[in-house]
Amino acid sequence: MAARAACTAWRHTSMSDRNDRLSVLKTYKLFVGGKFPRSESGRVYEVTTATSAAGAAGKGTWLANAPLASRKDARDAVVAARKAFGGWSGATAYNRGQILYRVAEMLEGRRDQFAREVGDAEGLGKSKAAAVVDAAIDRWVWYAGWSDKTAQIAGSANPVAGPYFNLSAPEPTGVVALLAPQDSSFLGLVSVIAPAIVTGNTTVVAAAEGAPLPALSLAEVLATSDLPGGVVNVLSGRTAEIAAPLAAHQDVNAIDLAGADAELATELEKAAADNLKRVLRPQPVDWAADPGTARLLAFLETKTVWHPMGV
Amino acid sequence: MPVFEYAPAPESRAVVDIAPSYGLFIDGEFAEAGDGKVFKTLSPSSEEALSEVAQAGVEDVDRAVKAARKAFETWSALPGSERAKYLFRIARIIQERSRELAVLESLDNGKPIRESRDADLPLVAAHFFYYAGWADKLAHAGYGPDPRPLGVAGQIIPWNFPLLMLAWKIAPALACGNTVVLKPAETTPLSALFFADICRQAGLPKGVVNIVTGDGSTGAELVAHPGIDKVAFTGSTEVGKAIARTVAGTRKKVTLELGGKAANIVFDDAPIDQAIEGIIGGIFFNQGHVCCAGSRLLVQESVQDELLDALKRRMNTLRVGDPLDKNTDIGAINSAEQLARIRALADAGEAEGAERWAPQCELPSSGYWFAPTLFTGVTQAHRIAREEIFGPVLSVLTFRTPEEAVAKANNTPYGLSAGIWTEKGSRILWMANKLRAGVVWSNTFNKFDPASPFGGYKESGYGREGGLHGLEAYLDV
Amino acid sequence: MPTTVPAYGKEAAERLASMADVTADDGALRRFLHGLPGVDAVGLQARAATLGTRSIKTTAKAYAIDLAISMIDLTTLEGADTPGKVRALCAKGINPDPTDRTAPKVAAICVYGDMVATAKEALTGSGIQVAAVATAFPSGRASLPVKLADTRDAVAAGADEIDMVIDRGAFLSGRYLDVFEEIRQVKEACVREDGSGTAAHLKVIFETGELQTYDNVRRASWLAMLAGADFIKTSTGKVAVNATPPVTLVLLEAVRDFRAATGVQVGVKPAGGIRTTKDAIKYLVMVNETLGDEWLSPEWFRFGASSLLNDLLMQRQKLSTGRYSGPDYVTVD
Repeated sequence: MAARAACTAWRHTSMSDRNDRLSVLKTYKLFVGGKFPRSESGRVYEVTTATSAAGAAGKGTWLANAPLASRKDARDAVVAARKAFGGWSGATAYNRGQILYRVAEMLEGRRDQFAREVGDAEGLGKSKAAAVVDAAIDRWVWYAGWSDKTAQIAGSANPVAGPYFNLSAPEPTGVVALLAPQDSSFLGLVSVIAPAIVTGNTTVVAAAEGAPLPALSLAEVLATSDLPGGVVNVLSGRTAEIAAPLAAHQDVNAIDLAGADAELATELEKAAADNLKRVLRPQPVDWAADPGTARLLAFLETKTVWHPMGV
Repeated sequence: MPVFEYAPAPESRAVVDIAPSYGLFIDGEFAEAGDGKVFKTLSPSSEEALSEVAQAGVEDVDRAVKAARKAFETWSALPGSERAKYLFRIARIIQERSRELAVLESLDNGKPIRESRDADLPLVAAHFFYYAGWADKLAHAGYGPDPRPLGVAGQIIPWNFPLLMLAWKIAPALACGNTVVLKPAETTPLSALFFADICRQAGLPKGVVNIVTGDGSTGAELVAHPGIDKVAFTGSTEVGKAIARTVAGTRKKVTLELGGKAANIVFDDAPIDQAIEGIIGGIFFNQGHVCCAGSRLLVQESVQDELLDALKRRMNTLRVGDPLDKNTDIGAINSAEQLARIRALADAGEAEGAERWAPQCELPSSGYWFAPTLFTGVTQAHRIAREEIFGPVLSVLTFRTPEEAVAKANNTPYGLSAGIWTEKGSRILWMANKLRAGVVWSNTFNKFDPASPFGGYKESGYGREGGLHGLEAYLDV
Repeated sequence: MPTTVPAYGKEAAERLASMADVTADDGALRRFLHGLPGVDAVGLQARAATLGTRSIKTTAKAYAIDLAISMIDLTTLEGADTPGKVRALCAKGINPDPTDRTAPKVAAICVYGDMVATAKEALTGSGIQVAAVATAFPSGRASLPVKLADTRDAVAAGADEIDMVIDRGAFLSGRYLDVFEEIRQVKEACVREDGSGTAAHLKVIFETGELQTYDNVRRASWLAMLAGADFIKTSTGKVAVNATPPVTLVLLEAVRDFRAATGVQVGVKPAGGIRTTKDAIKYLVMVNETLGDEWLSPEWFRFGASSLLNDLLMQRQKLSTGRYSGPDYVTVD
């Protein structure tokens, strides 16, 4: 990695407007359990600007060295997510909604930063990148509002043929591994995280492999939005390497394969069968379109409670 | 000798006419397997061979799937209201023939006639009625204005509730516009074959329902067949995992209803007499061959002695024997294989130090039998506290506080059901909220209804059967 | 578990004395009764219904029919009762089936207090008990002295058993100790004044249809047993809802648990609304599977009934002859 870094061009935004001042670069870190550790492996990989609008990074201008997360980082992230699950799933829906909305508020204040990062990551011009960020912020707002409505669209009062009160209500599945989409480093990322956590799941996110910086920066926003540590854990690195232990992990309850290609997805789905993870298979998604409720409902369990009615 | 001894009260076998052999039901016709293979189905209470049924091979499965595919074109294009009427017809015919089907089920499965008559058959008919009503109302189910069926559903059902599991699979599938290929369990194929005749009586178009009998290999062929769009399976967690692996990377939608090791939690302020009934029904209903059986009794230490005394007293009144006797509470174990598994786990319980107790009861000399059994002094580490026994064996554990009860109840890879017994409403709701299980019965147990979704968390599977939620499994959403 | 003594025996009083702390005052009694396990209505009803599906055939049915006949408190409690009516009923109690002398006799003839002497005389030497309703039956609305006088009067006239009603008003308003005291004093009034030291057996009627909840029925059961009831009985037969299988099941569970706690065995009598053989057999099944052999005798289980007897007799004839009987082949009362 280091050897390659040497022959890469300087980041074009590395000098400030005042040519005489050397800007301060950011060290990007993982986000695990509310803290920002480096990879336990000590590895990093270089992240560059996208060379095309499709977002295929790797040959552009050097942006940063991102942590190259290992199996052990994945394991630590699962532990953190599990630890956070009780509190987060037990929080009131109102409270979760407030926190998601707070994320939108914090992002709004850092709109320019994210527009720059998304532009770099996805090879977008200033206005297009800004539009993506705006859409992502609005998406947080949209999902924030779902927190106390999901149970009302996914639950039911069941008229059973007997003297019983019978109610079905959705509950979060548990710890969800999210392979963020590779083709949409920020809007796609938000579109997989927000629906998973708003219902009370906790998550381990593998950021888009070639464009992880918006995800790692989002972690900074999440850390300052009253979101309890461990609800979202962000790992950067090779998706296949991070995903394999997550798909096989016995304490992960579900996996969103959005960021896996067909071959990897099949391999991961097989591994996920070992503890019968709920699997959301990859499919073509227009991340800018109305997301509907599919992802919101994908990581829920229906619990049905019976009680006799009598005096 | 008790002073009031019940004389035998056998239900008549004459109401059911079992043919000496049955073929596969494909495209509206019964036909032998391509390679002519057959196997026998036994009555587990006598080991008598009831009939010989065809063993479907790879070509037979292929034929069935193709028949279902062909039928799908017209069936899915029918107005929902027409599909509804077929399902209503089926429901009615099941009601009309319920006596016959109950006897058949008890013969082939070994379950007591009281249960096949009062639980299985009424629920089977109710399930068809419930989903019949959905067929022309799918636009109101919350899946958009015109939700589409998936196509051909491959369905594999277990031997514990043969006809009821068939109903759980076929009714929603057909209501949503799918066609099906269903494989009944190897040891209980007969009621599904009788259901084929009900389809004939109802005038159901050919190929909409296909029944392929066979063993696990037939099921595996069905799951792997590229022509199916949906797999619905009820059975063991082990096979469920194999199915999940098989369908990986395909478009096949899957629902799995698998094993369980449910905690039935009794607090010291429980309505004790009803709790005893709930515990008894929770584990001894259907010989304990129930995925959601309350197989782990978690009792608060302060009432342990009192509760166990009452439980033993009640177990002494259980009547084990002839499934066709109307007074039988516990029938035969479904197969020699299952009996061996129950014995092995019960022996492990003893070997690991739990204390075994069973009431005095005389078991018939032929057939497969296991006396209702209680283990006390069980800890979380014992195999009988962790593994699904799927038999009339109850493991008793204790707890001191609600937190401990929840922790122990959830300490399992399964998550199908749970029971709570307490007169305190707020505690029920607190517990119900904390328990990681798909069905929580509070102050009751083992209640089922077609309007009530059923299915598990974690390794108990995914997807729901029953209710509004049960539609999702058969719609392209 | 303590050894068993009958509620009407001398030792029972000592056993009850050991429970004196719970009846020491209103507060203690209330805490005790409210500390009894709750009854879940739906579960209770489901259990009673399941027991009702038992299929009692052939030899078992013949046994059950004769047992049921022998457990009947054959009852007439009408304003229009006359000595003639009572004598006719007594004759029937002794020989229920005039065409078949193998039919067992009933357990008791149950009448109003003023008919006790008539019944006693008609039943001389039969071994059939005379039961008298007392304590301002059926409403129970009279002063305590009147109720006690009512009881003593019936005992003096020769009643073997007294069927008293509790003060439901006092019970429902939570004055448990008042109810307790009243039962205790009626029990004392059951002692015969002939110097024999014997007493009429006391049945305590709860009028469960008025108590409304199964929790109340369970509390009333314990309250009565603590106060010395020899039998606990569901109903007067004079209100809309009388004996039902679930209510009777609560009583059966109560006597079972009371014996486990004190060693005192108490009898149970469902009354009112039991009219058919099928119903009666359901009750016997319930006794059999809740309490077992020890309660399956007229000493410990009774049916308060009138028309039930004829249905049992017709079913009995059907079993012995193989053809269905008709109302012309049993006697009108």
